[in-house]
Amino acid sequence: MDTYYDPKDLSRFAEIGKEAPELAKKFFDYYGAVFAEGELTEREKALIALAVAHTVQCPYCIDAYTRACLEKGSNVAEMTEALHVVTAIRGGASLVHGMQMRKIAEKLSM
Amino acid sequence: MTPTQPPDGERKVTRDEVPGVEPFNQALKRHGLQLQRAHTHTLQVNVGLLCDLACRHCHLEAGPGRPEVMRRETMDEVIAFASRCRFQLIDITGGAPELVPHFGYLIEQLAPLTPKLILRSNLTALAAQERSNLLEICRAHRVAIVASFPSTHAGQTDAQRGKGVGERSVAMLRKLNALGWGLAGSSLELNLVANPTGAFLPAAQGETEARFKRDAERKWGIVFNRLFTFANAPLGRFRTWLETSGNYEGYMLKLSRSFNPCTVEGLMCRNLVSISWDGILHNCDFNIAAGLPFGGSPVHVSALNARPEAGTAIATGDHCYACTAGSGFT
Repeated sequence: MDTYYDPKDLSRFAEIGKEAPELAKKFFDYYGAVFAEGELTEREKALIALAVAHTVQCPYCIDAYTRACLEKGSNVAEMTEALHVVTAIRGGASLVHGMQMRKIAEKLSM
Repeated sequence: MTPTQPPDGERKVTRDEVPGVEPFNQALKRHGLQLQRAHTHTLQVNVGLLCDLACRHCHLEAGPGRPEVMRRETMDEVIAFASRCRFQLIDITGGAPELVPHFGYLIEQLAPLTPKLILRSNLTALAAQERSNLLEICRAHRVAIVASFPSTHAGQTDAQRGKGVGERSVAMLRKLNALGWGLAGSSLELNLVANPTGAFLPAAQGETEARFKRDAERKWGIVFNRLFTFANAPLGRFRTWLETSGNYEGYMLKLSRSFNPCTVEGLMCRNLVSISWDGILHNCDFNIAAGLPFGGSPVHVSALNARPEAGTAIATGDHCYACTAGSGFT
């Protein structure tokens, strides 16, 4: 193994079911149902997935959902905006914890 | 003569094998399918490879330097063929047909011979005709315009079609709307075609049409009738781009793995005959690019006294996967 991540492994994802086929089937059935068109379109779901892929920093997911977004008709400007939503939430999540810092500091301070 | 074709429809063509990609003919056989002509109701006329653009996805490698255009004499032979056989639909394409000399004449002569005449336009060549009377001719003959418009994002359009083309396309669509094309209740039809701007398959047509309509009206106040999404054929300049960008094998795998046997019955090549700029008969525009004439050897339009018979086989190659992937090219 030269690297921990190999793009070819993405197409072998189903092999994960070899030791626990029933659980894998439940997972993949659920996965397929989640991404089918519902109240949200497949395109909207792919954009959400792309954003989450960057949040969890999964290279397989980034590869898969970059392709999926393009194939569902999204353009790179829309995909980039989705990443800024991720960035805003991640940054905001850090910053809003500043309220804890402030409350603790206020309690301790004169 | 009535054009015929070898019974199995197969020709010896050079095939660049991609590991994992089954030859298209084998995929048909594996599904128990034969690609045969049905009733031919559409005449497609490719009037030449001359174009003001050199789009990166063009299967014909059309561009400003191409000298191949249909001569007036060949136009007359096409008009005579259309008069003899009478098609439900005549579809004029290129290159940029607007740049071909005598193109207005061709429109005027073909329009009375068919209930519906289509002009496939890249919009920029049509915009350049402002000082000619071509738009007036098209309007007078109720010519439906099918315009290339790959994306509502100008950057994506420019990446495929050239710098500034997105903006110029929008300006021309606005002008077409002002002249009545695409408006509700108008008999002047305006349809858009969106090919993917890279090595990926097109988005679902229905959803994309709804989104393009919403975005085009919101961003620019543009309206149109229908949007068609088609996969790019791995031929010509698009194939060169696939190869140089390292995407060829992946794209061919994607196309072949997306083969949908249900698309075969509705493929456009079953109902269409395509005449190239030099008057030669083909099964479709992609076969013009692939150098696959109807029947395996060139037949000139002047030699035809009937439309191709139903049941004749259709010449195929691996590029046919582009029309059978996903929802297909119908």
